[in-house]
Parts: sequence; C-alpha cells; structure tokens
Amino acid sequence: MLDIPGRRGFLRVGAASLIGLTTADWFRLKGQAAAAAPRAKSVIQLWMAGGPTQTDTWDPKPNAGEDFTGPLRRTLPTNVNGIAISELLPLAAKQADKYTIIRSMTHGDNGHETAAYIMQTGSKPTAELVYPAMGAVVALKAALKNGEKSVLPPYITLTNPLGRFSEAGFLGNGSKTFAPGGDPNNPNFRVQGLVPPRGMTEQRINERRGLLKSVDALAAQADKQEVYREMDEFQQKAYGLILGDARKAFDLSEEKDAVRDRYGRNQFGQSCLLARRLVEAGVPFITINDGGWDTHKDNFEAMRKKLPIQDQAISALLEDLAQRGLLPETVVTWYGEFGRTPRVANEAPWFGGRHHWANAFSAVVAGGGFKGGQVIGSTDARGETIRDRPVYPWDLSASIYKLLGIDPHGRLPHPQGCVAYVSPLAGGNVQSGGLLTEIM
Amino acid sequence: MTGLRPLALLLCLTVLAFAKEPKLKLTWIQAAPGDFVLAGKWASERIVVTGKLADGSLHDVTGQTQFKSSNSKVAAVSKLGVVTPLADGEANIELNANGKKQKLHVTVKGSRTQSAAFVTEVRPLLSKLGCNTAQCHGAARGKGGLRLSLFGGDAEADFEALTKASGGRRINRADPRDSLVYLKATGGLGHPGTKAGTREADILLTWLNGGAPWSNRVNAQIADLKLYPDERQFAKGQTQRLLVTAIFSDGQVRDVTADAGYHTSNPKIASVSAEGLVRAEDAGDAAIVVTYQRKSAVLRLAIPQPGPKPFPKLAANNRIDELVYNKLKAMGVPPSPLATDEAFLRRVYLDAIGILPTAEEARAFLAKPDRAKLIDSLLGREEYNDFWALKWGDLLRIKSEYPVRVWPKAVAVYYQWVHDSLAANKPYDQFARELLTATGSNFRVGPANFVRAVPSKDARTLGETTALVFMGERIGCARCHAHPQESWTLDDDLGLGAFFARVNYKSTQEWKEEIVFTDFRANLKHPRTRAVVEPRLPGAGAPVKVGAEEDPRGQLAQWLTAPGNPYFAKAIVNRIWFWLLGRGIVHEPDDLRPTNPPGNPELLAYLESQLTEHQYDLRHVYRLILNSRTYQLASEPNQWNARDTTLFSHYTVKRLGAEQMLDAISQFTETSEKFRSIIPEPYSNWPANFRATQISDGNTECNFLDLFGRPPRDTPYETERNSDVTLKQALYLLNSEQLEGKVSSSPHLKRILAKNDGDVLDDIYLSSVSRFPTADEKQRLMEYLAGKKAARAQAVQDVAWALVNAKEFEFNH
Repeated sequence: MLDIPGRRGFLRVGAASLIGLTTADWFRLKGQAAAAAPRAKSVIQLWMAGGPTQTDTWDPKPNAGEDFTGPLRRTLPTNVNGIAISELLPLAAKQADKYTIIRSMTHGDNGHETAAYIMQTGSKPTAELVYPAMGAVVALKAALKNGEKSVLPPYITLTNPLGRFSEAGFLGNGSKTFAPGGDPNNPNFRVQGLVPPRGMTEQRINERRGLLKSVDALAAQADKQEVYREMDEFQQKAYGLILGDARKAFDLSEEKDAVRDRYGRNQFGQSCLLARRLVEAGVPFITINDGGWDTHKDNFEAMRKKLPIQDQAISALLEDLAQRGLLPETVVTWYGEFGRTPRVANEAPWFGGRHHWANAFSAVVAGGGFKGGQVIGSTDARGETIRDRPVYPWDLSASIYKLLGIDPHGRLPHPQGCVAYVSPLAGGNVQSGGLLTEIM
Repeated sequence: MTGLRPLALLLCLTVLAFAKEPKLKLTWIQAAPGDFVLAGKWASERIVVTGKLADGSLHDVTGQTQFKSSNSKVAAVSKLGVVTPLADGEANIELNANGKKQKLHVTVKGSRTQSAAFVTEVRPLLSKLGCNTAQCHGAARGKGGLRLSLFGGDAEADFEALTKASGGRRINRADPRDSLVYLKATGGLGHPGTKAGTREADILLTWLNGGAPWSNRVNAQIADLKLYPDERQFAKGQTQRLLVTAIFSDGQVRDVTADAGYHTSNPKIASVSAEGLVRAEDAGDAAIVVTYQRKSAVLRLAIPQPGPKPFPKLAANNRIDELVYNKLKAMGVPPSPLATDEAFLRRVYLDAIGILPTAEEARAFLAKPDRAKLIDSLLGREEYNDFWALKWGDLLRIKSEYPVRVWPKAVAVYYQWVHDSLAANKPYDQFARELLTATGSNFRVGPANFVRAVPSKDARTLGETTALVFMGERIGCARCHAHPQESWTLDDDLGLGAFFARVNYKSTQEWKEEIVFTDFRANLKHPRTRAVVEPRLPGAGAPVKVGAEEDPRGQLAQWLTAPGNPYFAKAIVNRIWFWLLGRGIVHEPDDLRPTNPPGNPELLAYLESQLTEHQYDLRHVYRLILNSRTYQLASEPNQWNARDTTLFSHYTVKRLGAEQMLDAISQFTETSEKFRSIIPEPYSNWPANFRATQISDGNTECNFLDLFGRPPRDTPYETERNSDVTLKQALYLLNSEQLEGKVSSSPHLKRILAKNDGDVLDDIYLSSVSRFPTADEKQRLMEYLAGKKAARAQAVQDVAWALVNAKEFEFNH
C-alpha cells in the first residue's frame, strides 16, 4: 500500500530532487561516481549556435586562395611556436599555451537541430532514445555527489536556452537547464527567484512569510501527506536562498570595473564573467549560448563584428581562470553544431557567405586536465577534409566525462528502464578516433 | 488467524525458511501438482502442500508434511518434497500433513537418458546464472568478446553466439570438457561471473557431449507457464513456496521452479527469494511475477490489515463504488468521508476542464450544491475540449520541434482535428481508426500526422507508438532488448511494425508539407536476417493476409477497435481513471502487461464494459467516474488509510499541472501571458488572453510551463509530465518578478479595493481556493488589513500572494 518505494523518500534527499531519479539509480550512479578520480570540477561550454566558421577562426588556410579565404587572408602567430590562428583573434593568440585546437572534428550531419543534438549530447539521433545534453548528465552526477550541499542549480544556461532540442532528454524535465534569461551586461540584470523582485524589502518578505503561514489551511495535514511536507521543506530551503548568500554568485556588481571591462561590456563578455563566478560558487556545468553564427550571407562582415567580442571574452576568461588557479579544474570548450563551407559562396544571394559544413570543423578545449598549446588533427590545404586524427563528438564528450570522473561506459537512469549508456562508445557501434588522450 | 500464530514462528521463519513449523489443525489439504511424470535424468518435481484451517484460511504446510515414496527404487523424495527419478517405473508419493493424508502418482520415464538441448536446458541456465544481464554478456557490447541478448530476448542469436560466433571457438566438439563455455562457466580460466553448480555443470557437459544441439524434440516450444498458487490471501509474516510448471508444445510438463526468475511488484509488501519462497511483509496488495523463457505467470496476493470492527457500512453512488468498496473491505481499509462541497467544486473544475471556478461560479454552486448537475455542465463546456485536447496533444506529440518536428501548419491541423473530435464527442473507436489509417497531406488531413509526429518515420517506431498510445503496452523496449518480465519479443515488435510498412511520405512544393500515402512496394525487413516481415497481430500465431493493393493498417485498426479486443478499451478507461484519480488501476497507466496486474480487475472490467456498451463514448466514462463517491472522497486520510495508495480509499493529492497552475494564477489575478512559438522564424505569437491549457504546440516557449514540468512531447509516455514539487518552483512562486508582477498589476486585486475588508476577503478566497474564509481566518485577516490601512492595496496583494503560495492553491486536493 506504500507508494513506489523510495521515490518520495528520495525527494527529500535534497538537490538531487531536481532530477527524477529512483533510489536504485541513485546508488548505482553513486557507486560509479566513486570509481574514477575526477580532475575537473566544472565545465564552461561556450556554444556558438548556428555553426561557426573554422577557416576564419582556428584553422585558417591563408594559401587556399581568395575563393576560400575571402578578404581574411592574414593569419597571426600565437605564443606557441607553429600555431597560427585568424587575424581577428589577437588576444586569444597570446593565450594559445592555455588551450588546444582540435582541427579535425567531424560528424557529417548538416542539419542544425540534429547536429546540435549530436554535439550537445555526444550521441547520434536514434528513434528509441532522446539523449540528455552533456550538461544534464554532469548535473545529475554532481547532484548525486553534492546532495544537500549544492544550493545553486547544477546546470545553468546563460542566459536563454537553445530551444533547438530538449536538454534533458529522457532524464525528464527535472534535468532541464536553469536559464535565468536577461542580459548580464544590463545594470538591471537579476535572476528570477533568487533575487527578490524590485522594491521588495526584506521586511515585506518576512511579513509575507508570516502571512503565508497563517493562511496555510492544509498545514495541519503535512504529517499525513508526503507532498505537503516536501513543499514545506522546499519553501524553507528557498527562503534560505532568498535571504542568504548563494544569490550573490549572480551579482556582477561585486566585480571591479576593470575586470568587467577586461571581459568586454557586452552580453557574451559579461556572461563569461558570470560563468567564472558560478564556477567559483561550485556550479558544475554552465553553457553560454552565443548566436548569429549561421552566416549563409556575408560571413565576413559578421566575423568582423563577432570575433573581437569573442577574442576579448575568451582571452579574459582563460587568463582570469588561470590567475585564480581555477583553470586546472575547469574545462572550457568552444564550438558549435558544425563548421562552415571552406569555399566562399560569392554568388547572389549569398555575397560572401559560408554554408553548413560538418565534414571537418574546429573545436577548442582548455583546462580541467586538458593540456594547452597543442593542435589535434589537421585538415587539407583548403580545410575541406580531415587529413589525420578524426575526432567525433562522442570522442570529445567522453574525454570531458572522463576528466570529470564520469565513466563514459556507465549507464544512465531511464524512466522506462531501457538500457542507456553515458556515451555511445559504450555500445561500440559508432566510429571513433579515440579519446583525446594525447592532451589529457 | 494472525492472533493465533505464535510470534516465535515468525522469528523462526526469518532465520531459516524451512525450519520446523508448529502443527496446524487442518480440515483439508491439497497437493500440487497432482499426479505427474518425470521424464529424463534431469527432471525433478517439487510438491507444494496447502492446508485449510477451520477458519477457512489457507496455509503452505509443505514444511510440516512427511513425504514417503512407495517404491524407493523408482523415485526418491526429499524431506522438502522434491521427487527425483531413479529408474523407469511407477510409484506413489504418500503425504501426511498433521494427520491429513494424500497420494500422488508418479511415472518415471527415460531416467537413463542423458540429453540436453539449448532451448530446453541450456538457455534457462543463462538467465538463472545471470549471464545475460546488462552487467555481463547482455551488455550492448557483450563482455569478454561474448555477446548475449539482454535478458535472453533473442534465443537464436544467443545459440549462434555460443556455438558459431568467433569461429565456433567456444565449443570443442572433439573434447567437450575443453570447451571454453564449459571451462568458463565452471569457474576455470578466471571467469568473474557466477559459477555453475554441479547440476548446471552436468547439464552443460551433457549438452556439449550431445553435440550442442538447438533442440532435441521437433518443435518443442514452451507453450504455457503455470504457477501454483496464483492467487492467495495472506496474513503478515506468512510464507509460501511456489511451484512453477512449464508445459511444452509436445505435451511434456516439467517443474521449472529452480530455473525460473522471481520478481515482486512491491518488496515492502511481499518479498520473494531466488528460490521462489514468498513472504508477506506488510499489509497491502502485491504481485509476484515468475518468468521462464519469455513466458510469465503471476501470483496476486493480498495481505489485509486488521481494520476497524465492525467495518463501517459504505454508501455507494454507483457500481464503481461497490467494486472499490468490496476491495477496501477485504483489505480492512475504510475510506475517508465524502469531500466537502468546496473541495469537490475546485477538484472537479481542475480535473474535468483544467481551470478554477470563478468567484461567481463558486458562490452559485455553494448556494445550491448539486454535484451531478455541475458534472454535466462541465462536460459540456468548451474548456473541456481545450483541456482534453491538451492531454491528447501530449499523447500524440503535437509539437513543432526536435525530435518530432511537425511543422507549425501541421501542428495546427492536427490539433484542430483532435479538438473538433473532442467537441463532437467522436466515439473513441472511430477516433483511433481515423488516426491509424489516415492518408493525405499532413497540412490538410489532421490525423495523417499520427504517422508523421514520431522521431523517426519507420514502421517499427509507428508500431511501437500505436502499442503505447492505444494499447498501453511498452513494446519499444523490445527494440533494444527483451523486456525482462514481458513476453513481447523482437518478432512481435516487427510483426506489429509491419502493419506500417506501406506508409510512405512524399514532399510537395509547399515547404515542409508531406503527403502520407500507401506505398505498395514498401516492406519491412528483419534487421538480422533481412527477410521481409509479414504483419502479424499481437498474440496471433500467423501473419495476416494482405492484398497486393491494400494498406494493412486498416486490418490493424479493425482488429484493435473490434468489440472484445483485449487491449483497446482497457487501456483508455485505465488512462482516464489515472487522469482523474492520479493513479491507474493498472499503474503505470501505459504499462499494461500480464506481469503488472490491475489492483482491482473487477473495476477495470466494469469500466471497460461501460465504454464498449456505450459505443465508445468517452464522456460517459468521465461522467461515471466523476459521479462516483470514490472520486468524491476527501483527500485527507483517516487513521486506517493513510498509507494506502492503490485502493482508492481517499482522493490522491496532485500538484496542479503546469498549464493548470499558470491558468489558475492568471485567472485569479486577471492577467494574461504572452505565448510565442520560436519555430519557424519569424516567431508566431499567440493572441493575448490565451490560456495555457489552450496551447496547441508543445514547442510554445514558456519558462513557467517548463519549470512546472509540462511534457516535452518527445514520446507518448505519461511520465513525460512531471508533477513533482521542486526547489526552483518554490523560488519562483515565493520570490520571482514574474509572479510579483502578476500580483502587483492585477486588475482584479485593484478592483476589489472598492469593497469593504470582509467582502475583499470573501472574493479573494472564492476566486483562489473556491471557498469562503472560515470565521477564524476572516477575523485574523480583517485584523491584519485593519492594521495596514495606510498601505491597503499592498496588504491586499500580500494576502493574495500568500494564498497563491498556500498548499490549498497549489494542490488539487
């Protein structure tokens, strides 16, 4: 006559209630978590929605001719011998010792939704299972480890969700990312729920709390109805957050002007700064969504606008993390769902555009146990095909999982009990270039 | 009976299951399996003895029975009643249970024949020893090079893996003892798994000696699995041995108790050991599921609690109540009293049409509370169509983005068709037939999207979706592996999928439009053998005949919606019950299978018959349930039923669904939400004043709905909707700018400021929790408002805010 064993009891365990797991899953995953020693604690995923061009950023081909380079014919040497990147990334060029460029990413899927799904989940789309994004998996693992201690949501997106796919997949809506919305560069930026509404004084918050208690007619039944008791507990916990310190992680006014300037006074730059604060507060997975990379038309104009912002923010983030000693335990990644055609579409209506290119594109990884100053793989003289060392999305995700102490061959809880692995590598039926062991 | 049994017995049983039991005074005994045959060297037969006491209760008395073989050269019998063959011949097994005697006749045949085949002897061992679990060789990649199908779902593949794969190196036909299979299984060569016992090792060796055959008998398939006992009432602490008998297609009958797998539906109520010893742990209902080679059998057991004496007389509004109360009485669980008119009013609005009653509607009903009349009026309202179109939108995955990707124009016609069908109260069988057989443009023919709104448009996915939506069967698992407790196999999955093999799609000149058409050349191929799969109805032995120019979907739809179909009506009435009462009679509501039996089969059968007798009129079923006293019971448990979640002794409290919650807050504050869909760009915006329960497209952006767990509509599983309470929700409701904005800008809260404090409070209470404040509440809040005269508007907002955050508002109770 009792309820499903453990489900309600489980909910009281704390932060893990954000995730719809059963107790059995909990213990199984806990066992797995203990298996590997993590090197990284957090991930900052810089997501370039739309698919950023690789040849104008991390894999320039200055000798391929104007049909390929467009007007961006120059490259810049970096602070690592032999590595050159786009002329529009001068600040990042000075930080090349901190990151590794993967020039041989590939998955071959040229559709936005499916490619975004592949890169975000590290899995191919199949009919039977809709996979969770890497952030949801990392959050799940973190919630199991931290339990009650973690007060901030474990998977945060700055600041709007992608919307192209369901981040939670079969883990269910409870595993969805926490996306506060708004622009951190706006002086009025505030995170809903954590920061009290404008004009709401602490006195009024406390008065309302008293009022709520006095009108809560069903409070007397809390000892007979488990859901009522849960709700009481969450309200209490929420007040702890609202009146406590955790929300300060979102308060950029605590940062010096010079620091804020260094990141760039724009949404992406300030999001990167906010991500660093969240890492300091112990949040295990933060995604920053940057859009506008689907440059079918006039790619070069877009790059001249976008890349300086990227250059400033990425270099500031890496420098800042390194200075604070956080880089060794924080993975930073930069990529989108695919790359763009190395050959420029000069004809109407594109006028210098680049189309989708999932054959060969670039990703950048840094920190958290990934070595810097390296290049993995290479493409041909035009940047169209991979010459050596292909890296598939699941190779990349499994490498990141490994650094976080998550076994890529481990299982994920599935609501219908279907067998689902953390990475498709566990199933062995995908092509693989192997984990990124050369930089781990 | 419980009072009579000494506590010492219970303690004894926990330590040693078969310890000496005190002698019971029996009026009658029964011995299973009756007369039997032992065929072959490996055969054995256990005897389970049941004794009846003067009070009519039944007990497992095998442990207190003395067994004796009349011919100890032919058959031996152990103290525990296990009979084994010695030589061919006949014998009687004589039983004496505390003075009650009985004889079973045994015939021993082929006692020297050592033979073992894969299907009959070896394959059960793989399951029994756990070789084919996900941790071992059942893992997707197998283990140590050997890959077996998970839970033994694919016997042929397993046979091939053991005997032929890797160049047949796993068996050594010349020297069977040197076979890798044998060496590993018996613990040689550092094999980490379970080590085979003497009997298992013997069987394995015999199989290898015999040339590792697939089967020793022609067409010897397992035909049926019998379980003794299959239904029983126990007292807490009582134990029961099980007897599992397999019947093969060639007539052979064997005791497979030792090789079967056991699983309990609720270990807190009844536990079962790996050997099949059941123990009643606590009061309640449970099922013990026994599986053997893809066949399963169930023991349904009930452990009543000592309820109040005398058991209260129960009033019934209709037949539902009689059936629910029969069960409650048998289990000693008296129901809660009838809910108040106020609680009923709010509940039936939320459950039937998804929104709150207005203050005026609440006043009117409370002045003249006619429940049946209210139910009738709600079932006739436009909001009923909206709310149930929302539910069907979940099941039919009406959504314009990944992974379903029905384009907005298709979303619109699909939703409209569902909405129109509900408004017209289209008979449910017709509704299903239209969905299952539609062809044409998915921008024009709404139901054509049934085969379009799936993550992948292949025949198997469509078959699985049909099974889940209309049969409540989860056969999708059969795609990756056989369900550990389910008889659906890969072949069943394919057979059903083949009905959709001729569904094909073509694009048109209009962007993203697709024409669903019947492609007579298309077929479904078996993923391993590449043979064409013929459509086969679930449970049928042979495929159906399909004409050269026929869409086989028609036959599937006819079969599914024909009177007497074992799945169709049952699945929907169980769903409706789940939607209204928060828990299915079979639970989960989309997990109907023999091994997950209904808590109250008579109730389920009654609802099923009501639907079919009333020409599949869904509203009739809603009306029946809503009018039952069972539905109208209070949610507050009494001292007897607080732990009951399965017998419907009180109404199950539910957090308001995401859309209900948003609409309730908007209606109370008289504010509106701006909904927009971001697909395709440029965005499409919903008109102002649209309610969340009216949204057609599951991809419509709304942080609130995501936060409160609306289903993503990726699959039709009911669990996609998450009604758990979370910390984020609490933060949102207590402290967000959005909610604060709705309260502080509420035209409703501004308008009522013209009234006096008492009327303000009446209005706020009626429009949020559908009741007047109690005298005590009114007095306290009047005092509060009187003390805040300087900031009255703000004080009224604070009271309203507090009510929105009260459990009474956030839960349907």
